[in-house]
Amino acid sequence: MAVTETSATTVMNNVEAVRATLYEAMKNDDRTIIIGEDVGPRGNVFLITKDFIEEFGESRVIDTPIAEASIVGIAVGMAMEGLRPIAEIQFADFIYPAFNQIVGEAAKTRYRSNGEYTCPLVIRTPYGGGVRGALSHSVSIEALFYHVPGLKIVAPSFPADVKGLLNAAIDDPDPVLFLEHKKTYRLIKGEVPNGHYTIPIGKANVLQEGTRLTVVSYGLYVHWALEAAKQLAGEGLSVEVIDLRSIRPMDKETILASVEKTRKLLIVHEDNKFGGIGAEISAMVAEEALFHLDAPIRRHCAPDVPAMGYALPLEEEYMSSPERMAQAMRDLVAF
Amino acid sequence: MTDVGTRPATLDKRGLSDEQLLAIFRNMLLQRQLDNRGFQLNRQGKVPFALGSEGHEALQAGAAMAFHRGKDILAPYYRDLGLAVGIGLTPFEILLSLFARADDHNGGRQFPNHYSSKAAGLMSFSSILAAHIPHAVGAAYAIKYRGETGRAVLATCGDGTTSEGEWHESMNFAAIHKLPFVMLVENNGWAISTPLSKQMAEPEIWKRAAGYGLPGRRFNGLDPIETYAVVSEAMERARSGAGPSLIEGTCYRFLAHSTDDNDMTYRTREMVEEYRKHDPVPRFEALLIQNGLATKEQVDALRKDVLRETNEATDAAEALPYPVPADLYTNVYEGAWQPWQ
Ligand SMILES: Cc1ncc(C[n+]2csc(CCOP(=O)(O)OP(=O)(O)O)c2C)c(N)n1
Repeated sequence: MAVTETSATTVMNNVEAVRATLYEAMKNDDRTIIIGEDVGPRGNVFLITKDFIEEFGESRVIDTPIAEASIVGIAVGMAMEGLRPIAEIQFADFIYPAFNQIVGEAAKTRYRSNGEYTCPLVIRTPYGGGVRGALSHSVSIEALFYHVPGLKIVAPSFPADVKGLLNAAIDDPDPVLFLEHKKTYRLIKGEVPNGHYTIPIGKANVLQEGTRLTVVSYGLYVHWALEAAKQLAGEGLSVEVIDLRSIRPMDKETILASVEKTRKLLIVHEDNKFGGIGAEISAMVAEEALFHLDAPIRRHCAPDVPAMGYALPLEEEYMSSPERMAQAMRDLVAF
Repeated sequence: MTDVGTRPATLDKRGLSDEQLLAIFRNMLLQRQLDNRGFQLNRQGKVPFALGSEGHEALQAGAAMAFHRGKDILAPYYRDLGLAVGIGLTPFEILLSLFARADDHNGGRQFPNHYSSKAAGLMSFSSILAAHIPHAVGAAYAIKYRGETGRAVLATCGDGTTSEGEWHESMNFAAIHKLPFVMLVENNGWAISTPLSKQMAEPEIWKRAAGYGLPGRRFNGLDPIETYAVVSEAMERARSGAGPSLIEGTCYRFLAHSTDDNDMTYRTREMVEEYRKHDPVPRFEALLIQNGLATKEQVDALRKDVLRETNEATDAAEALPYPVPADLYTNVYEGAWQPWQ
């Protein structure tokens, strides 16, 4: 983390970190445009851009029609033409109409023009469950996009990472899908360095060192994995917890180094198990470090149903919990 | 449609100079020649695929004349050979794309006719229909946002493409923000095998403009002069800050959709022959000769010149190398790319 101005910090939550970072980006570069539904006077549904329109004007804070394909598509055109748009999809669940613009267009602009055109675009969207959001306000979308070379995917969990990685995404010359877990928005607080800094996209963070087991996670579940690891520490079992932070590019070296040390790997994510990020990580570890393993790789993920339900028991059944994670960790340590 | 061949000898040039009229004609001949070349090379097994624009010559040559090089931006589609060469791409560049050579703007990555040229103001686009229309609108937004005057974005597409949601969303946004944007629909009546009647219940696409709060207009796309007049009026309107327009030029598609299509599976030879009676190339030629703008000899010389240029471009492009296998791995992201990332 390169802090350029001052080492002082401010305590804020994740949503405040998003807001502060966007505000700085708008202040610093008038090529930056925010485009999305309700981002104007309302300041988006989470009030992230509240008051931006008064300060930066309607031409830089664009309230769009309800038309996700063109929110992203118009932002792609702006990016190709030299602006630095930050497009917002109100909830990740509504990103599907924009799938073609993200996968078919943004991710391929540099490639298909052999570098003649580029697409420096950030697409921000709140995702994830545990907020009684029912079927259509709870989804995890990362696995639908991580298959796509040319696109970067970032999913930070801590306020300091939100700021450093969002700054990096805004600076990035390629399209970045920036996923914000909505349950962490107000729940997770932390110290955030003042001043401008970036955290490189593609670097995982070893949150806690340990010897008996490696747990790889991202998003809300990183916080629960830390809680679970604390429970195991109380039982004398030391767990290494890695926060991926970037889903693509993914930090292979950090994962492999950890697995080679602990010899056991548990991947924990909120998204469905089948074809999820965990499948790719476990395939990579099986290819690269099979003989370092003392146990099968395990994935502790959501069941393969279309979505979490609205009723509390349905949501709870879908989501994991620190307790369930702790049990998955114990099982693997004991293997 | 207006029968340009039977017009009176007092030609309405709509502000075009004699040189511009001849340049339009040369562009039409060049399109015909380059189109032919693509299909020939395909039959010779030298290129796997080609698309033709036969029938669109007048529309594209006229529209290209309304484009201000070095200022305007073009967001075209794959059938826009005449627009591409009309705004400054060379036959050599077209042939590079046909042969998929390394020096092609996109490095041999895309199908032929998917041009890209930052220098010419031609935005890179994919084969995904209508996906480029929001890009054009985004570029128009950038122009307006930066307060640049005297610039506009010209986007084109076929009639079938207007059925896509992204097309509608783009029109709506451009209208709301009064962007310097012109949507030019090249209505040739077909989308591969699907006729207009199965594409839309209202066959006059320009009429949709009213629904967006825009001016809309239809014109005879077989007449390059009328095309020029309508496109330049819309572009001037856009450049001056008065906002976008939706314009629709009618034309025919003489060839199959592409070298991979057999149009006799969905239309008859008689139908195509009927279309051919309206071929804009001989009709414009007759108009120029009738009005003393060119002699038969000059036209023949022009044809020869265009053939020579096409031959030279073919030889030059064919002689160049393909991209090398290592080129597959470049320009995924900025900088180097490791496949497991
Ligand atoms: C999104 C999408 N759907 C389908 C296709 C396949 N396709 C390629 S060209 C074409 C017809 C387009 O017709 P139109 O827009 O009328 O243009 P024309 O080819 O007639 O000039 C179709 C269906 C595609 N390329 N993209």
